[in-house]
Amino acid sequence: MSKKLVGQPIRRREDFRFLRGEGRYVDDIRRAGELSAAFVRSPHAHAIVKSINADAARAAPGVVGVFTGADLAADNYGSIPCGWVVTDRNGEPHKAVPHYPMTRDRARYVGDQVAVVVAETDAEARDAAELVEVDYEALDAVIDLTTAMEAVQIHDEAPNNLCYDWELGDEAQVDAAFAKAHHVSKLELVNNRLIPSPMEPRAALAEYDNGTDSYTLWSTSQNPHMLRWMLCGNVTDIPETKLRVIAPDVGGGFGVKIYCYVEETVCLWAAKRVRRPVRWTADRTEACLADAHARDHLTRVEMALDEEGRFLGLKVHTIANLGAYLSNYATSIPTYFYATLLAGPYATPAIYANVHAVYTNTSPVDAYRGAGRPEAAYLLERIADIAAHDLGMDPVEIRRRNFIQPDQFPYETPVALTYDIGDYEASLDKALSMIDYDGFAARKEEAKARGKLRGIGLSSYIEACGVAPSSLISRFGAGAGLWESAEVRFNATGTVTVLTGTHAHGQGHETTFGQLVADALGVPYDDVEIVHGDTSQIPMGMGTYGSRSMAVGGSAIVKACDKVILKGRKIAAHLLEAAVDDITFSDGNFSVSGTDHSKTMAEVALAAYVPVDFPDDLEPGLDENAFYDPLNFTYPAGTHICEVEIDPDTGVTEIVDWVAVDDFGTVINPLIVEGQIHGGLAQGVGQAMLENGVYDHESGQLITGSFMDYCMPRADNLPSFRIGYTETACTHNPLGVKGCGEAGAIAAPPTLISAIANALDVTHIEMPATSEKVWRIAQNGAAAK
Amino acid sequence: MYDFGYHQPSSLSEADAALNSASDPLLMAGGQTLIPTLKFRLARASDVVDLCGIDELKGIREEGNAVVIGAMTTHCEVAESDLVASRIPALASLARGIGDPQVRHRGTIGGSIANNDPAADYPAGCLGLGATIRTSKRQIAADDFFGDTFDTALEDGEIVTAISFPLPEKAAYAKFPNPASRYAIVGVMVAKTGAGVRVAVTGAGHGVFRDEAIELALNESFSVDAVDASGVDEEDLNSDIHASAEYRKHLIGVMAKRAVAKANS
Repeated sequence: MSKKLVGQPIRRREDFRFLRGEGRYVDDIRRAGELSAAFVRSPHAHAIVKSINADAARAAPGVVGVFTGADLAADNYGSIPCGWVVTDRNGEPHKAVPHYPMTRDRARYVGDQVAVVVAETDAEARDAAELVEVDYEALDAVIDLTTAMEAVQIHDEAPNNLCYDWELGDEAQVDAAFAKAHHVSKLELVNNRLIPSPMEPRAALAEYDNGTDSYTLWSTSQNPHMLRWMLCGNVTDIPETKLRVIAPDVGGGFGVKIYCYVEETVCLWAAKRVRRPVRWTADRTEACLADAHARDHLTRVEMALDEEGRFLGLKVHTIANLGAYLSNYATSIPTYFYATLLAGPYATPAIYANVHAVYTNTSPVDAYRGAGRPEAAYLLERIADIAAHDLGMDPVEIRRRNFIQPDQFPYETPVALTYDIGDYEASLDKALSMIDYDGFAARKEEAKARGKLRGIGLSSYIEACGVAPSSLISRFGAGAGLWESAEVRFNATGTVTVLTGTHAHGQGHETTFGQLVADALGVPYDDVEIVHGDTSQIPMGMGTYGSRSMAVGGSAIVKACDKVILKGRKIAAHLLEAAVDDITFSDGNFSVSGTDHSKTMAEVALAAYVPVDFPDDLEPGLDENAFYDPLNFTYPAGTHICEVEIDPDTGVTEIVDWVAVDDFGTVINPLIVEGQIHGGLAQGVGQAMLENGVYDHESGQLITGSFMDYCMPRADNLPSFRIGYTETACTHNPLGVKGCGEAGAIAAPPTLISAIANALDVTHIEMPATSEKVWRIAQNGAAAK
Repeated sequence: MYDFGYHQPSSLSEADAALNSASDPLLMAGGQTLIPTLKFRLARASDVVDLCGIDELKGIREEGNAVVIGAMTTHCEVAESDLVASRIPALASLARGIGDPQVRHRGTIGGSIANNDPAADYPAGCLGLGATIRTSKRQIAADDFFGDTFDTALEDGEIVTAISFPLPEKAAYAKFPNPASRYAIVGVMVAKTGAGVRVAVTGAGHGVFRDEAIELALNESFSVDAVDASGVDEEDLNSDIHASAEYRKHLIGVMAKRAVAKANS
């Protein structure tokens, strides 16, 4: 039997072009006669746009046109949609607000698009954009989450700036649990605002073909079909048949490139208006201002406990910041991707969550690596630590005591999900062993001798990945199904082209999907080409986010491969003059059972396109597609433990050790999975101690508008992570995979905060745990002793 | 960035001519601040006069009891210079901690001090070591050179040509970097010289300054334990999202101690 590639740490084949600078990104693509767009953005957080005078800009060198929202409105360009309707506590849909491609009346955050200049060069467009005179009447800015519901109203459609007051779980049952509790642990916490910052900023290039009345849009999109659907189904009256969306190489997404944005919509419109291709590429300042931001919750959490530290009930009240407009999936993140995860890995019998989602004069907030699940895991793991502290228990023991046990699966949580499988104690035990938990006291003493405060912290997380079972999420309010498509197309020479509806923007799909297909079809890995990111080539697909590509997209590929093999058996049966039922397929060979008669996959593929004497019921060709809709979410879980050393003189925290033990089900490529863990952890460490999106509460100006102030994690902030796995294969997809892309970003914040709090001998410290915050606590601690 | 004319003179006199012929020129050394500033459209010039082609502004040499560094010498060249490492290791160490490798290979000592960013490292190096700044017109003591934020004693058209560092008995630089920008939140150069101890602080205030309280203490005893707290008034220190004035003041003391420990090691 040939060596299977699944499970092998094969190096990413796409890296040859990425690392040599030979990738082809949107900004690398050049079209004849293209123009550049520059946006005029509001310098005010909240202001009425009284008038716009573009005379000077129109007269500037190289300017082809200056346009405003009114121009797009005249061509029936409507609001950018929100694709998920959340029903509030009273059974009413969320308060939807329009988000027109360029505001028509009022600027609602600093960076809101007010006008666009289209010119021969980028420099001319930017020069002219400064000449557009906008008369603003400034209004009070709504920034502070605690007072947003009493502040000046941002949208006519949303009184009190409230998008929804939503709940999940049985409040009466939770109240009853609290009434009989031995102890209630409480915490108020902030989940800090993040500015996602992929390496490649967003970009768009739009072209209109007058001859066919059709458009091509190159966009830095994680899901080109969804972008086309929104543009054609909601924003414009362009038929989907007349818009081709191409997402070529994309340099990182993390969620921020899922959405339909104003800028690309305006480029699309302008390309027809000026009859020339129109390009826009964000600079980093624009990215900070106008990319979708993330997290930004204020939460009060209470956990009811019995004498033994068992969780009896959990109550969560959250105010979630949605920003100035609804990004496409904004409504779903602090609800169905957040509160549904509040059971975590624990058998808490009663859970109630109430979420007030509010509009503010800040950039729209939507999904970012983890998307709701980091917020859930963070508060749950924080309150678990505090409960352990309150009851005088070891934080490991309280988790162990509350874990859902392996014999309880499938496990129905009180918050609408059913976990299929897991073994949380196995991950915990492995992590404890890897870090030598019992040896910590000695390490703490040794550090103390060096003047350092050493701390240890852990988190046991669960996430819902492989988004998503369409029937379940449609009950939750989703406007689209989240199945995935694949087409497996044999070429006449035996090579295979695989079309996937997912999109890779750093995940290494060309490698992992190649491994999968090579194994499934018994063809050489180098003969398998993975194609993604072009609506004109690929069947309708849903893109990449929510750790779904292998679990859902990979499963669709498996399904298409199965169809190809079935078709191949029919062709082989004809070639070998045997019955189809007698043909078996293994390692790339079709054989007649019990004989040495066989045909290779390549021979069958050639015959498929040179069909000699095919019977009437046997079609030529070897090309099958499949759509796979998952039966459930997948539930990766694990335990991370880290140790830190704090310099009490400066408050500087050094992460000195980190073990990550995750259960991702089957691992296709451990090298790529490890990279995903490292990347997720880097972003999670960033949230926990470095990153913070800060607006001035009075003026609404974004203070962290560049990397001079927005602190991205760097290599020297990170330890050498130690990775371990446990494995319970997902029960409901053919690969047994669960997804690994978001785990690090979910596990890292509670793990690191737990360790820092432990080192400082306090129960909690807010994120980001900057050196000054840590120093202040360390000083207070020293003063108290 | 806005449009501008570009000049690359090969001598100081050519540079002078280029400056004189332009209506609103800017001098460019390594460009590591100027180019981003131009790209952000925060600066505008009719002409940029790039000094990179002037050989007389480059190089590191020993002159008597001083190390003289040409204004167009890059941070990397200072960091890797055997001469600097043997005569003033504190300066090599300071240069090694500026920015990142890209910045260190383009950024220059002359550009850094002429810009006088209040969080840059070299102003503390020059002031702490009691350097003399040589320009196309005169020599200026570091004590007279640095003003408040981005302000120096340089006149229009005056070009820094070299910086002369007298050899200290011992010296060290300790920096607490801003985690985002990696500029100094607080950077302290401590130098024991024939004329007494000099302690220069960057990052903490509106410009580099000498901390007289710490100098006084170290003149009594050049030891870690001698350093108590900074003598500056918190109201004169910066306070922003990265660090409050109180924290910065505290860090001056901590960095001064660390610099002394390093200098004595």
